[in-house]
Amino acid sequence: MPAPIRLRELIRTIRTARTQAEEREMIQKECAAIRSSFREEDNTYRCRNVAKLLYMHMLGYPAHFGQLECLKLIASQKFTDKRIGYLGAMLLLDERQDVHLLMTNCIKNDLNHSTQYVQGLALCTLGCMGSSEMCRDLAGEVEKLLKTSNSYLRKKAALCAVHVIRKVPELMEMFLPATKNLLSEKNHGVLHTSVVLLTEMCERSPDMLSHFRKVWLLVPQLVRILKNLIMSGYSPEHDVSGISDPFLQVRILRLLRILGRSDDDSSEAMNDILAQVATNTETSKNVGNAILYETVLTIMDIKSESGLRVLAINILGRFLLNNDKNIRYVALTSLLKTVQTDHNAVQRHRSTIVDCLKDLDVSIKRRAMELSFALVNGNNIRGMMKELLYFLDSCDPEFKADCASGVFLAAEKYAPSKRWHIDTIMRVLTTAGSYVRDDSVPNLIQLITNSVEMHAYTVQRLYKALLDDISQQPLVQVSSWCIGEYGDLLVSGQCEEEEPIQVTEDEVLDVLEGLLLSNLSTPVTRGYSLLGEILNRIKKVVSVYGSSIDVELQQRAVEYNALFKKYDHMRPALLERMPIMEKTASNGPTEIVQTNGETEPSVPDTKHPPLVTQPANQANDLLDLLGGNDVVPVIQTTLPTKPASAGGELLDLLGDLSLSGGPAPAPVPSVPVSQPPFLLDGLSSQPLFTDIAAVIPPMTAYNKNGLKIEFTFERANPNPNIAVITIHATNTTEADMTEFVFQAAVPKTFQLQLLSPSSNIVPALNQGSITQIIRVLNPQKQQLRMRVKLTYTHKGLPVQDLAEVNNFPPQSWQ
Amino acid sequence: MMRFLLLFSRQGKLRLQKWFTPIPEREKKKIVRDMTTMVLARKPRSCNFLHWKDLKIVYKRYASLYFCCGLDAEENELIALEMLHRYVELLDKYFGNVCELDIIFNFEKAYFILDEFLLGGEIQETSKQVVSRAIEASDMLQEAEIDNSDYDLELGWP
Repeated sequence: MPAPIRLRELIRTIRTARTQAEEREMIQKECAAIRSSFREEDNTYRCRNVAKLLYMHMLGYPAHFGQLECLKLIASQKFTDKRIGYLGAMLLLDERQDVHLLMTNCIKNDLNHSTQYVQGLALCTLGCMGSSEMCRDLAGEVEKLLKTSNSYLRKKAALCAVHVIRKVPELMEMFLPATKNLLSEKNHGVLHTSVVLLTEMCERSPDMLSHFRKVWLLVPQLVRILKNLIMSGYSPEHDVSGISDPFLQVRILRLLRILGRSDDDSSEAMNDILAQVATNTETSKNVGNAILYETVLTIMDIKSESGLRVLAINILGRFLLNNDKNIRYVALTSLLKTVQTDHNAVQRHRSTIVDCLKDLDVSIKRRAMELSFALVNGNNIRGMMKELLYFLDSCDPEFKADCASGVFLAAEKYAPSKRWHIDTIMRVLTTAGSYVRDDSVPNLIQLITNSVEMHAYTVQRLYKALLDDISQQPLVQVSSWCIGEYGDLLVSGQCEEEEPIQVTEDEVLDVLEGLLLSNLSTPVTRGYSLLGEILNRIKKVVSVYGSSIDVELQQRAVEYNALFKKYDHMRPALLERMPIMEKTASNGPTEIVQTNGETEPSVPDTKHPPLVTQPANQANDLLDLLGGNDVVPVIQTTLPTKPASAGGELLDLLGDLSLSGGPAPAPVPSVPVSQPPFLLDGLSSQPLFTDIAAVIPPMTAYNKNGLKIEFTFERANPNPNIAVITIHATNTTEADMTEFVFQAAVPKTFQLQLLSPSSNIVPALNQGSITQIIRVLNPQKQQLRMRVKLTYTHKGLPVQDLAEVNNFPPQSWQ
Repeated sequence: MMRFLLLFSRQGKLRLQKWFTPIPEREKKKIVRDMTTMVLARKPRSCNFLHWKDLKIVYKRYASLYFCCGLDAEENELIALEMLHRYVELLDKYFGNVCELDIIFNFEKAYFILDEFLLGGEIQETSKQVVSRAIEASDMLQEAEIDNSDYDLELGWP
């Protein structure tokens, strides 16, 4: 078997492949060779073969059959083998692989190897990808190495410990003693990794954090180290553009941030050093700004005094003017974080921030936009909105949706006037209409209806906008709706704020028809348009949609047609203006009730529809669109009041009654007809015609000396000529009325039937009542009259009384 | 911590991949694809920072190679740029005027150098000299093995 080709040779060969297929072929051939070489268990070439496998793995080809070989390499005595073996393990043997754990023993041995570079390999591998089990098994070894005086190993052990803690947080405690002395090292590698280890511990355990603060007095230690770094002279080993070990400085600042957070003492102890770093750091290069950036973050996060905070924000302000994009980006991000807490300080840099909207860099533009919205308030709304709208005009499409939403929100919160608000929204719709959120249309409509005085102005402007451009769907929807609602204002040409335009009805219709015909209009838009058309000419257009594919359009069209055909008298009421809608929270989905024909998805229970009770006397027509299958609306006829019958038949009851002074008919009570259910909740099918006079009101027949007798009525079924009267006798005196007898007489044309009473005692003080049923047959439908006779005993004395009952409600005898 | 470090060419070919958290193979490939797409799409003078899922992406182009790393959200992007630069300096010191071909043909060495600079996604050594010395010493150890061995020089070493 010839020697397997060398790594560099393979790489050279593969790079000559001109196509993917050619490359694949070469790779497959080599993989086959490697596989057979592995089968031969050849130690010599294993290292070479695995190295080649790793190369092919990087190109994207599978290399799992090399996993065990990596293990064998790790177990080898040769450093060369171990180097490649551990590299292979880190690339191929992460904790998801079955054979991962097999590494544990090798690593353990190597952690105790006599050669520090072997120990280094083991620590590196463990620290990069050791699983939790492995970490548990080997934590003790790591801890041992944390205490070694060999700084090369100590720094690796520290980061290995960080990994162990990340994987198995419970093991944190065991590293505590060894960590204590780490900061007294001079070696920067050890210092840096120790700070990382301490940071990890602080972030994971509040107990550790406070232990470090109070017992170890970590803050003064760190302050001292930082100070030395800054004050010390040039150190070639750690210098970066004149700054000594910026990596360590940044890490220390970060740890100070965690220690100072919500702790006054710690914050105070670090005040000076922070101020020193903030003022003395060289800012000409990125590295200096990196330190300043970390300092600013720390100042803003701890309990720093206000002078220091202002210093920090000013640094950010200077960053904004830096030529370096990265610095500007970082400044905007940080300002965004601090704008809530230090709003006024950030406001001072508003103009610079707004300038960043014009930056060429996409990331910066986005940050600037977010920050600008955060800075909008009642004072600067006009100016800011101008800039933001300009931005909206010119920005990339990826921003438009967010910007539009932001503009709407800001306008809603801070609009100085309704007209400004409407203008702003219109501007957004015309420039970025296709990017606005779906609920912005209902929102705008709601806003428009709320600003009653602006209706004429609004509809004019919308009409003009519509003339210009019908491609933006939301604008078209709003416009058509408004024209439908306020079309009369448009046509009449009244408008205070703008010069009136002369618009004829026909012109309006032309526009709307154009909308309907335009391919650009979505069905929704067309739906809105249909609503808007109000004149006879419309019938033709509408009937076209009677057979539209879209169900909703079809339904509306059919209903409108029905409306035009039959119910002229209802049309004015139907086509009345929409009442002012209640405002819902702007964040929630807006749910609108439209009562003159359309309904949109459900109204929340808590919201009371503003329009429910119209007095039943008015023509109250509700096209219940999504309700029952009936298209014909519910009709409630008003109840004509019957005049008193002037010439009736003589009632010859008991002789001396006359008819002429017939009592005025009882006023027509409002018919409490059951209202059709509002909107969609449990739409039951409505009867076509409500039962007229389903309920007859009760009346008081007699009320004297504390005795009150009430009559309640029912229509007997099946014979409507029989009135069933129930009498209720109550007694307001302090003494019972006993031996109570009720008698009644009616004119000859009637027939009376008296059923047994419930009792013959009327209890005192309304504590009970006697009920008795009377049935009156009234075939000729004459006005009912009755004479009653009452006898009872009250306080021991007999009482007798006669009375006439004439105030029967007409329904009882009609 | 750093979650991953990728080196890829202007054509999107991967030259080095270092992962500091366990991720399934398929997802690694997806991340590589996403990173290459995003970074290569950037305009020439854009800023070097991106947002991707919950990570900060910091990238920098050195000649024909893009160095791209994914960081946790609380990391300092500006110092990350310095970190990438330090790695390039280390490579440069080792290879002498390093170019993409050096990384292609000596990828394992690029890894070795990286493993002396970073460990577990964090910087382990802030001194350039210390890192370089460690690599040199390791290389010497390797060569000593080959010298001392009975094997033909051609055979053992990759």
